[in-house]
Amino acid sequence: MAEDAKPRVKVPKSAAAGDVVTIKSLISHKMESGQRKDADGNLIPRSIINRFTCDFNGVNVIDVTIEPAVSTNPYFEFDARVDAAGEFKFTWYDDDGSVYEDAKSIEIA
Amino acid sequence: MKLTRRESLWICLGGVAAAAFPMGVSAATVEELTAAFTGGAAPGTTGITLTAPEIAENGNTVPVSVDAPGAVAIMILATGNPEPAVVTFNFGPAAGSQAASTRIRLAKTQDVIAMARMADGSIVQAQATIKVTIGGCGG
Repeated sequence: MAEDAKPRVKVPKSAAAGDVVTIKSLISHKMESGQRKDADGNLIPRSIINRFTCDFNGVNVIDVTIEPAVSTNPYFEFDARVDAAGEFKFTWYDDDGSVYEDAKSIEIA
Repeated sequence: MKLTRRESLWICLGGVAAAAFPMGVSAATVEELTAAFTGGAAPGTTGITLTAPEIAENGNTVPVSVDAPGAVAIMILATGNPEPAVVTFNFGPAAGSQAASTRIRLAKTQDVIAMARMADGSIVQAQATIKVTIGGCGG
């Protein structure tokens, strides 16, 4: 469901060089597990985000493999080390082939 | 592309294997997932922390966090779920710490296992029992 997937990411605006910053990411997605049944007893097909990656200036921070057991609106909190000003790039990969992207820049204070 | 007899034989064999183990239909067991992650190494117990609530009222969103300094990858397994695999974190060179938090679904009261693969290939494991009041797999 490409139209209702809305990424939200929280990154500090600035950090000291070498600092470790905490990043919080969330994307609205129903994460249909493929286990549930509809009112007629038919299995609802699986439709999830199966991968999430975060890169800082082209260097990988985290690469998450996601299974159906991750909750609706998948949320991840993790740390990144910031050595220079730059841009965090966030990418979510949907089962249906859609790719959702977001980016946040950070300055060195 | 022209195939030699030998190449076409391998392609046929691959097709048979794919048919015998259809992806996504058969959920891998905890043992299979563990073996694939550890490569058979026996897990240690120090150097990894799994933080999870003792009682989760709603199995649909159970907050969990793992911390394993020096790990390259951390896998979380829910032993009582229809599909035990939950999530795998792979840490890149820009990671500030080898820790992450997320929210997971738990079908019933069960043990959750976190397993970390260290840079030297060794494995450490932590486990927590989470009591679930309302299961998170729909009905």
